[in-house]
Amino acid sequence: MPDISAGRLDAADYGKNFSDVHPPLGAHEAVVESDRCYFCFDAPCTNACPTSIDIPMFIRKIGTGNVVGAAETIFSSNILGGMCARVCPTETLCEEACVRNLAEDKPVRIGLLQRYATDHYLDRHAAYGVRAPATGRKVAVVGAGPAGLACAHELALKGHEVTIFEARGKAGGLNEFGIAAYKATDDFAQREVDFILGVGGITVEAGKALGRDITLAGLKADFDAVFLGLGLQAVNALGVEGEETAGVVDAVRWIENLRQSPDKSEIEVGARVVVIGGGMTAVDAAIQAKKLGADDVTIAYRRGAAEMGASPYEQELAQVNGVRILHWVAPKAVVSEGNAVAAVDFERTALNEAGRLVGTGRMVRLAADQVMKAIGQTFVAGPIEDGETVALESGRIAVDEDMRTSLAGVWAGGDCVRGGEDLTVQAVDHGKRAALSIHATLSA
Amino acid sequence: MADLRTNFLGIKSPNPFWLASAPPTDKKYNVERAYRAGWGGVVWKTLGEDPAVVNVNGPRYGAIHAGDRRLAGLNNIELITDRPLELNLREITEVKKAWPDRALVVSLMVPCEEQNWNSIIARVEETGADGIELNFGCPHGMSERGMGSSVGQVPEYIEMVARWCKAATRMPVIVKLTPNITDIRYPARAAKRGGADAVSLINTINSIVAVDLDSFAPVPTIDGKGSHGGYCGPAVKPIALNMVAEIARDPETFGLPISGIGGIETWRDAAEYIALGCGTVQVCTAVMTYGFKIVEEMIDGLKQYMDGHGFSTIEDFRGLAVKNLSDWKYLNLNYIAKAKIDQDLCIKCGRCHIACEDTSHQAITHMVDGIRHFEVKDEECVGCNLCVNVCPVDGCITMEAMTPGSVDPRTGKVVPAQYANWTTHPNNPSAVAAE
Ligand SMILES: Cc1cc2nc3c(=O)[nH]c(=O)nc-3n(C[C@H](O)[C@H](O)[C@H](O)COP(=O)(O)OP(=O)(O)OC[C@H]3O[C@@H](n4cnc5c(N)ncnc54)[C@H](O)[C@@H]3O)c2cc1C
Ligand SMILES: Cc1cc2nc3c(=O)[nH]c(=O)nc-3n(C[C@H](O)[C@H](O)[C@H](O)COP(=O)(O)O)c2cc1C
Ligand code: SF4
Ligand code: SF4
Ligand code: SF4
Repeated sequence: MPDISAGRLDAADYGKNFSDVHPPLGAHEAVVESDRCYFCFDAPCTNACPTSIDIPMFIRKIGTGNVVGAAETIFSSNILGGMCARVCPTETLCEEACVRNLAEDKPVRIGLLQRYATDHYLDRHAAYGVRAPATGRKVAVVGAGPAGLACAHELALKGHEVTIFEARGKAGGLNEFGIAAYKATDDFAQREVDFILGVGGITVEAGKALGRDITLAGLKADFDAVFLGLGLQAVNALGVEGEETAGVVDAVRWIENLRQSPDKSEIEVGARVVVIGGGMTAVDAAIQAKKLGADDVTIAYRRGAAEMGASPYEQELAQVNGVRILHWVAPKAVVSEGNAVAAVDFERTALNEAGRLVGTGRMVRLAADQVMKAIGQTFVAGPIEDGETVALESGRIAVDEDMRTSLAGVWAGGDCVRGGEDLTVQAVDHGKRAALSIHATLSA
Repeated sequence: MADLRTNFLGIKSPNPFWLASAPPTDKKYNVERAYRAGWGGVVWKTLGEDPAVVNVNGPRYGAIHAGDRRLAGLNNIELITDRPLELNLREITEVKKAWPDRALVVSLMVPCEEQNWNSIIARVEETGADGIELNFGCPHGMSERGMGSSVGQVPEYIEMVARWCKAATRMPVIVKLTPNITDIRYPARAAKRGGADAVSLINTINSIVAVDLDSFAPVPTIDGKGSHGGYCGPAVKPIALNMVAEIARDPETFGLPISGIGGIETWRDAAEYIALGCGTVQVCTAVMTYGFKIVEEMIDGLKQYMDGHGFSTIEDFRGLAVKNLSDWKYLNLNYIAKAKIDQDLCIKCGRCHIACEDTSHQAITHMVDGIRHFEVKDEECVGCNLCVNVCPVDGCITMEAMTPGSVDPRTGKVVPAQYANWTTHPNNPSAVAAE
């Protein structure tokens, strides 16, 4: 019988395992770290930030004891600066660009400094920004993820009235349902949502789904502009025999349950877990399985370490947490025993002379009590196909530089658009840019 | 290995590192710990007449910090010793007896009457101390009572008191100078005229280190009020070095022995003072920051430096920089240098660019062919050295002298081989025509 159960740990261990991965900096640490910043000209870190936060400026403000001002610098570019400080893969963004890598292989810890400033601000302020006089214009935002929230906040600042329609029962998008629990502790996602809405002028209609309760045509008729921040709704299938066997779960859903469960000891996890995939979701699922008490967790990825969507830093984090990463294996079949999963058969892969991934015929069997699928999410176009057509490209919504879709009066951003990096900070930038474009259009 | 032994006015010490008259030398306990740690000598915390002065009971120090809270400058409102004279004299006697190979100089400050100086000197003589240092420098508290810097700011008083003291004792007399004057040469010349054997400098600089922006009072704050204090520590070193240099090159005081004080933290700081002619150096803030142990680094570093340069004694390099001290007007205007960036060391922070672009001569690129790249444009560079100073990587930007005969791309003129200065420059209205 497969060994899947909840409550593998002592009660006290759950709290410990799901506390902050990177404990916040104290005041002393923050000042010491801020001293390391060179206040670079045309700062490479800022150029690497999708939301272009003026990093040297906010760090300088921390150094001079002006922590509130530091946070304001951050929020003026990125209203979700608090969440981004927690979830951004800084090692591939600002911190990778920091000149201190060249100097001594140790970037300024920008993410932690950003968290220091934004935490300080959220502890003292209910909102950021002052709204411009009311314009009388109304904008509909669909989806209350990072893209939708950033768009709504910027529009509210400009004096527009915003209504966010969110299919789920609460706002936050993947910040609330997807991000690893140890990255957004203490219900931070909801605190941040409240902080963003605190500016005023934004109404959230939760439980209202586009395509089910409302239509795009209806929104276009009732509002002056529409922003779509729908995210990705489906997960890719493995396409192998036995995929439907009990014990094979979708990693995103499994994480969602984990995030939504106030008591982590209620979440079932296998003794031996095999996670299939190579991105951030795979790493998050694997680490959290380990933190729930799984004995043996393996990430199985069809290519090499360099090709993994998860950064080298995240791969290392997985390994430090006791997760094994197996490269160059492609799933072929889920092996069941009785009605439950028992193992996964993989074929060893390699690159042929043409550089294409091919099977080698050599098989590997990994015993498993639970299998998690984490091979990517896809956009579901259904909700936007209601007579009006929004053009797609590579399966996602096509947008121009200002985040306009093919349909006049409709903008889109975040994971649901083509060419995104599927990062929170990217979604924030899209939302903000769309808002500025909407504002420019409405003011014309 | 280099021999660090010094003989300053006949006072011998195993190395030139003395502790300046200050809290670290206030009592036997500290001084013996310092000797044990390796310090070559001490100047005992300034003695005065009984009844002893009293210090404030609130904070007496304030500071400014550089990056990482490194103490850059210290300010104090402490007075001279607040212990009874008798106790200090007894301890001085005991310490000198127990540590005969170390220098022990006693600092003094009494009211400006010959009788007062005579009587305290007589008592110091009985301790067996090696010399006395006249504290004409303390800028706070004591100066309000007509002592310290209020004497040190009047050359005639310095000369007078120095003369009394020389007449009253067999011991060498060192006059400690205050920097709180406009031209340090006047008090130094006065000390020499009065017969002083040496000068030591600098004492602390009048200062307010900070203002508390909640209570609106100077720091350190005593019950809501503050007064100016004396500033010392690494931040004052450049000021002190200049004053030492002025005395070292002044024809009237040339050759007068100097004990250098001000911001010395490392062997390098000490070596710089010695290169400007100092026979010994004195340290206060650095030990108040790091403790006595730093002298190990100073001794070893100085020895390594001397060995590396083939100097076997301190005298071998003492004063070597004096001959290179010059008036601005004699600097060679035909010496032309250009900044050069070592691309292998450059970390591309852009500080050099923005400094030169915003405040200097627009001589450093930031983008070349669409790539972030910092390079000096020789045709714009005036050789000012600002970029070198703001670059975070030591040695990344260097100033390279142009060879005579080559063409300076900035002016289009050939770099002359011969020396020429302002005194003969055509733009100088009072230029003396070169014959
Ligand atoms: C497991 C996991 C871990 C991740 N970890 C990180 C990380 O560490 N760092 C990082 O930067 N990024 C991470 N990401 C990616 C990041 O979460 C997303 O890029 C980001 O949330 C995208 O924001 P969004 O607003 O476009 O979409 P979402 O956050 O997906 O929000 C879309 C919102 O729209 C709503 N919606 C969808 N359809 C409808 C409809 N028809 N009607 C109304 N509402 C609708 C959804 O309910 C949801 O609230 C992770 C993603 C996953 C899945
Ligand atoms: C390179 C340089 C040149 C200066 N030239 C002048 C000058 O021509 N006239 C003047 O009154 N002060 C001059 N100053 C002094 C400054 O105005 C200022 O008083 C001094 O630098 C102290 O201020 P700060 O250290 O807080 O910047 C100069 C300072 C620098 C660094
Ligand atoms: S690149 Fe690094 S050192 Fe430069 S401004 Fe950014 S954080 Fe500071
Ligand atoms: S030396 Fe002065 S002028 Fe030349 S590049 Fe450096 S800062 Fe600019
Ligand atoms: S200041 Fe120094 S390290 Fe920075 S760009 Fe200029 S040369 Fe390079």
